[in-house]
Amino acid sequence: MTTTPVAAPPVLSVKNLVKHFPVRSRGLLRKQVGVVHAVCGISFDLAERETLGLVGESGSGKSTTARALLNLQPATSGEVYYQGRELTKLSRGEMRALRRDLQIVFQDPYASLDPRMPVNEIVAEPLRIHGLYGNDGRTVVRDLLRTVGLKPEHGNRYPHEFSGGQRQRIGVARALALRPKVLVLDEPVSALDVSIQAGVLNLLDELQTELGLSYLFVSHDLSVVRHIADRIAVMYLGTIVEIGTSEQLFQAPAHPYTQALISAIPLPDPRKERARERITAVGDMPSPVNPPSGCRFRTRCPKFANELSEAERRVCVEEPPELVDRGQGHPAACHYAEGRTLF
Amino acid sequence: MTAAEDPLAGPASSPNGAAAPAGDVVLEVSDLTVGFPSDEGLVRAVRGVSYELRSGEVLGIVGESGSGKSVTSLAVMGLLPGNARVSGSVKFRGQELVGASDAAMTKIRGRRVAMIFQDPMTSLNPVYTIGYQIAETLLAHHDGMSKNAALERAAELLEIVRIPNARGRLSSYPHELSGGMRQRVVIAIAMANDPDVIIADEPTTALDVTVQAQIMDALDTARKATGAAMVLITHDLGVIAGQADRVLVMYAGKLVERGSAEDIFYTPRMPYTLGLLGSLPRLDRASARLTPIPGAPPSVVNMPPGCPFTPRCPLAQPVCDEVEPELAPTTSPDHSAACHFSQELVGREAQDLFETTVSDAHALAQFVRETEDQTS
Repeated sequence: MTTTPVAAPPVLSVKNLVKHFPVRSRGLLRKQVGVVHAVCGISFDLAERETLGLVGESGSGKSTTARALLNLQPATSGEVYYQGRELTKLSRGEMRALRRDLQIVFQDPYASLDPRMPVNEIVAEPLRIHGLYGNDGRTVVRDLLRTVGLKPEHGNRYPHEFSGGQRQRIGVARALALRPKVLVLDEPVSALDVSIQAGVLNLLDELQTELGLSYLFVSHDLSVVRHIADRIAVMYLGTIVEIGTSEQLFQAPAHPYTQALISAIPLPDPRKERARERITAVGDMPSPVNPPSGCRFRTRCPKFANELSEAERRVCVEEPPELVDRGQGHPAACHYAEGRTLF
Repeated sequence: MTAAEDPLAGPASSPNGAAAPAGDVVLEVSDLTVGFPSDEGLVRAVRGVSYELRSGEVLGIVGESGSGKSVTSLAVMGLLPGNARVSGSVKFRGQELVGASDAAMTKIRGRRVAMIFQDPMTSLNPVYTIGYQIAETLLAHHDGMSKNAALERAAELLEIVRIPNARGRLSSYPHELSGGMRQRVVIAIAMANDPDVIIADEPTTALDVTVQAQIMDALDTARKATGAAMVLITHDLGVIAGQADRVLVMYAGKLVERGSAEDIFYTPRMPYTLGLLGSLPRLDRASARLTPIPGAPPSVVNMPPGCPFTPRCPLAQPVCDEVEPELAPTTSPDHSAACHFSQELVGREAQDLFETTVSDAHALAQFVRETEDQTS
């Protein structure tokens, strides 16, 4: 997983993606009174056979990004290129054809499977929609179920008869049915217990190796992302604050938010955990309706609060930092980015 | 019992965090069993759990959903619904709590034993200000206290758990606070009466990680300020590793392993614990293969005899289907595990025992071939 192809053109390319949601007043007129700045101009590439992890806390815009990318919620502005084609301007019909290549697995395996459909039908549905359910349809579905580690005999059962982990495998089988190139995984293991979660992660890993898939893996759990991703983008309040390979991000995180995020996650190792030095973010994430001026993290930033001079702080308040490499070997959106070792 | 005379005085003992010596037993749970009647039969949520909590220590209880860890502590607090069948014994400083009268429980609950729940939105009342709710806890247990003194103390408590502008916040309603702030309020309420025991049930599960770290700090502060012993219930092994002195691992309503945090994390002697640790992705090192535990936890209705982990266990032998193992000492007298073959775990890693491949290799290979046929 350490070899990251650099030269090959990206499968998926996102440029300046913006997604705003209107905030409307109550009452008859529903006048627009504000804007939720959910995603504010983010750009990244996804290479072939690569896993890009998109991490952030609730409200960081990571799931909105995933949905805007697939045109499930149209983006406000920005471009998404898949194999050279721009997706945001496509008609519904044109987009439908491309959906064969771009599939999504949702977080909640309880809400994303139709409770009134037997599993065979759930997995067959995408094939039927795309007119690919031929005479061998039943065999294809059986093979898909077997591929994700389910028993094909159970195909006539309904989702409620399966455990959470098995349901998530059904979701994966459905996403694989059209033999996609890119899978967007939106918190695919967050609802599962760890012993079950590990099974789904290993499955995704095996599928990627064999099928040569590209994954965009959206998660709030940095440990899971470190495990599965080749590269990681950290999101905060609608922007990417740091992006790099898993190695770079964990060896020397440069943005104070990434550092705080890594610090905040407890290690399942008593001696290491007790001896750890912590960088803590103060307070809560501000509302995306009214993001802070300049650097969006400055209201919670430990560096801003404890280390910077008055003049340096003024820069944080006035200028939004760009996501560029300031000598750490990978881009970070902090005026005073500085790599730190945390383990 | 010094705290009983002067309710607002500081802690009776001077705690110094994790290094506190093993003190006297404050809470003693023996053979606690909880069942719920259902149409399918008795749901045996907790099956004979015993543990001791000593003053000053943090006891961690880990287990996955449905393992009975929350029901155990609800039973300790006497908070289970009326149809629950509780047997066994729970003694708080020698006083029996199982079957105790409501009046007796009211004197202990919230005063000597406090509880912190997972979801702060449901444990706070949305129609009262937080100042009122903290003061209410104080006034319920101190007859002579004036309302103003209670509010004064409430502001102090909010300051201890680091709520900015504590005094101003007294008149806020829960919905005006963020999730992290609400959980701080719940912690303030728990420590209000200087309890001897704080039971925290998944206190950070509903929160984002950066806020989770802040709340663990606040809990630590509360524990040190009151000198209370703590039972920390969570599914998060990382939280347990950082906080707990001793750890109990629960599976299917039973304790399957018990020991110090070091025992459990470095030399687990129950295959379930080993598998659980192996299935955890690690933040501090590049990825190794994870070891998922196959199958799912058993239903606790009409359980078959034998060890409940048998269907998922790589070490299972015929005896495991017949005899349910009891907790027995392993590496030291204080480290025990419920497994017939715990000796076989000596020096073994999760990868040695558990299968890491989860897909059907044959089916997957065929799928790859078909995909290639279609695209070519």
